[in-house]
Amino acid sequence: MGQAIAFYTLAAFILGFAMLVVIAKDTVHSVLFLVLDFLFVAALYVLLDAPFLGVIQVLVYAGGIVVLYLFVVMLVNLKRPPEAHHDPRRRTKLGFGLAVAVLVELGAIAGYGSSRPATAIAPGAGMPVTGNTEQVGWLLYTSYLIPFEIASMLLLVAMIGAIILAKREL
Amino acid sequence: MITPTHYMVLSAALFIIGVVGVMVRRNIIIIFMSIELILNAVNINLVALSKQLQNDIGQVFAIFVIAVAAAEAAVGLGIILAFYRNKETVNIDEMNLMKW
Repeated sequence: MGQAIAFYTLAAFILGFAMLVVIAKDTVHSVLFLVLDFLFVAALYVLLDAPFLGVIQVLVYAGGIVVLYLFVVMLVNLKRPPEAHHDPRRRTKLGFGLAVAVLVELGAIAGYGSSRPATAIAPGAGMPVTGNTEQVGWLLYTSYLIPFEIASMLLLVAMIGAIILAKREL
Repeated sequence: MITPTHYMVLSAALFIIGVVGVMVRRNIIIIFMSIELILNAVNINLVALSKQLQNDIGQVFAIFVIAVAAAEAAVGLGIILAFYRNKETVNIDEMNLMKW
């Protein structure tokens, strides 16, 4: 019962702030709603017994990525808002229609999945550690060591790319 | 009782909000934020199924998704800044330099 209350409260906040991110007129307000949205998603991870991922979410998303967005919004000092001029070729209705089609597809997939519930695979086979952080770390440094190293290489490449792109003369 | 289906429906709704943001808004910074919402929806799905299957691999993949999202944000925002210096706009309708 308590879990249901927590889930519905968090879900309402997540979806509400996500709506505000999309419909907010001011880009700065949009970024601030995005921070709140990420914090509630982090709380949802804690509810899902993944506290390590919740902390990562707060540190990387709410702390790092959103600050990057905020800096870009401040640097891009717009004299005229991008939505100001009306574009006759804009297809807002088509956009909403396609979104509804995707929603129906996802609902069909979710309904199909719930009709055949997945069975639990062997929990943590051969894992000598207990606790969420220890188990995730164990997987990262054993079975998923090579993807982990590739992810670090990806971050290095992205860092160099961002520095090159931000240079005054390209 | 909260089943994984509840989390999947929440994830689908968040995904759709992100898709609507990408399709309807014209400010590229808000489109990037909508993409972050979509990636968060994917992560919620991964973590919910990780709990359902009693297996932490889903959380490992969620960490990889967060790493890729960080890289995407850094490079994407760098491109936005470089473009803004040249054309003084963040409206994607005016971003047609490579349009055939």
